[in-house]
Amino acid sequence: MRAMVYRGPYKVRVEEKPKPRIEHPNDAIVRVQLGAICGSDLHLYHGMMPDTRVGTTFGHEFIGVVDEVGPSVQSLKVGDRVMVPANIYCGSCFYCTRGLYSNCHNVNPNATAVGALYGYSHTTGGYDGGQAEFVRVPFADVGPTIIPDWLDDEDAVMLTDALSTGYFGAQLGDITAGDTVVVFGAGPVGLYAAKSSWFMGAGRVIVIDHLDYRLEKARTFAHAETYNFTEYDDIVVHLKQITDWFGADVAIDAVGAEADGSFLQHVSSAKLKLQGGSPVALNWAIDSVRKGATVSVMGAYGPIFSAVKFGDAMNKGLTLRMNQAPMKRQWPRLFEHIQAGHLKPSDIVTHRIPLEHIAEGYHIFSSKLDDCIKPLVVVGER
Amino acid sequence: MPYTANKPEPATREELRARIPGWGVDLDPADRPSVPRERFDPNGTGAHWDFPDRQPEGDQPRERSIEHGMLPPVFGTSAPLHGVSGAIRRFAYDRFSEGRAAHWLLLIAGDRVDAWGAHLRSLATLRPDNPITETGVVSELRHGLTARVGRKRADVNHQWIDPILVAGPWVLVGLGAAAGVRALRRRQR
Ligand SMILES: [Zn+2]
Ligand SMILES: [Zn+2]
Repeated sequence: MRAMVYRGPYKVRVEEKPKPRIEHPNDAIVRVQLGAICGSDLHLYHGMMPDTRVGTTFGHEFIGVVDEVGPSVQSLKVGDRVMVPANIYCGSCFYCTRGLYSNCHNVNPNATAVGALYGYSHTTGGYDGGQAEFVRVPFADVGPTIIPDWLDDEDAVMLTDALSTGYFGAQLGDITAGDTVVVFGAGPVGLYAAKSSWFMGAGRVIVIDHLDYRLEKARTFAHAETYNFTEYDDIVVHLKQITDWFGADVAIDAVGAEADGSFLQHVSSAKLKLQGGSPVALNWAIDSVRKGATVSVMGAYGPIFSAVKFGDAMNKGLTLRMNQAPMKRQWPRLFEHIQAGHLKPSDIVTHRIPLEHIAEGYHIFSSKLDDCIKPLVVVGER
Repeated sequence: MPYTANKPEPATREELRARIPGWGVDLDPADRPSVPRERFDPNGTGAHWDFPDRQPEGDQPRERSIEHGMLPPVFGTSAPLHGVSGAIRRFAYDRFSEGRAAHWLLLIAGDRVDAWGAHLRSLATLRPDNPITETGVVSELRHGLTARVGRKRADVNHQWIDPILVAGPWVLVGLGAAAGVRALRRRQR
């Protein structure tokens, strides 16, 4: 089969790889139709995630057709069209039975601190991902869901991670009616988090980024008030000024490990790998919110330490909430919101890249060329 | 201002409902699917087992974190450990917990050894690594300037480092090889 393969930092190519096979009675093999590159894939692409092995295939956002099922699979049959949540999880461990699917304890030998994801290094279990013609899907009776007839393919792909993560991020903010919410990062997760904050009753939603074309999308798609941090000497002071010197009630970090805004922080983490992530956005969140506020962290950070301003968080009495999103837990409610017309997830898609051209797709997305916000990966005919 | 007791509301609910599609549909925490954080529902996941069947371990022992009490029943089988990078990685797993910086720094070191080994091995195949096509850098020709000139991007100050990180080692190896060849020739004369 054809598959995207990692060759080392900043280098990927498409090559022939053996088709995955059933390795466990509850496995399915899914023929991928449509996938996506996620902002968090860029951390792998840049070589920031420990134990990212040459020869692995990335991709945790994909939909496709069931091609083969293991002997214990009951809920799916060959030919079903499924959306597959980014998390791999067993459905029966202590965490899964409590809804914490992203924290499953039965699927990742390589680390106990993180669950498992498709195509996201051996640190999350060593599974190949969906930027390929076929992918092994463990626990076929637990994760994958048949795509409802009314749901567009591109919207289904956005539900497998980005939309579910943004919506989850807004929930972790514990927003109450009238709250001012500030979202750092106008990428896919930030845009969805900003949009979702209104569902939870926010009175004001502010989005911060340095890319004007993304801030434009935050205004049109998420009805947000936007600021480009490069235009302000100190974005923390600016946020205080525009909130009557309180700061926001809730902040959402939708940036993560490769935040810009501090050359030193960025270079020490993204380039020199001395930190698990450049916490510029997280530190801005901590410093710009009001006392007693909640900071929701959706950005992905690596397992190495990061220079977070913990003292400020403590002294301000902040609540820090975070987790990888349990995707499927969000789906029933998000289906309702999409059907009601509250949002159209695929509105943020800017690129549709054939699998064979995925190396250029990674570069365009990573370097933010051609006003790229969300690139989909088209695999085979649909 | 926080110097006195009250905080003004930014807008009324009616204004917000009129302006924002779906405003307040999840205002009640009961409508939020991840509230409360933990909801015990063992029958709601689709799992029809108390503990999953065990996937066969394969030819070599599967590396695992020493914070695990046992090998989890299901795991990925992409790119099994091999060679020098494999030895470094296995040492990181066997010796250091996830709580130790050495664990992660060794894994990062293993990644670099893996990538360099793969680059060198690829030179002996019909498809050697091609830094031009594999970095997708050709897209710069079409979009590079328009994406950067006249924009207030904060990442331009470090993007110049990327080509050095990617191409630098290749250039160094090339220069080293050239120097070696020159030295050999000199000795032959
Ligand atoms: Zn993702
Ligand atoms: Zn589990």
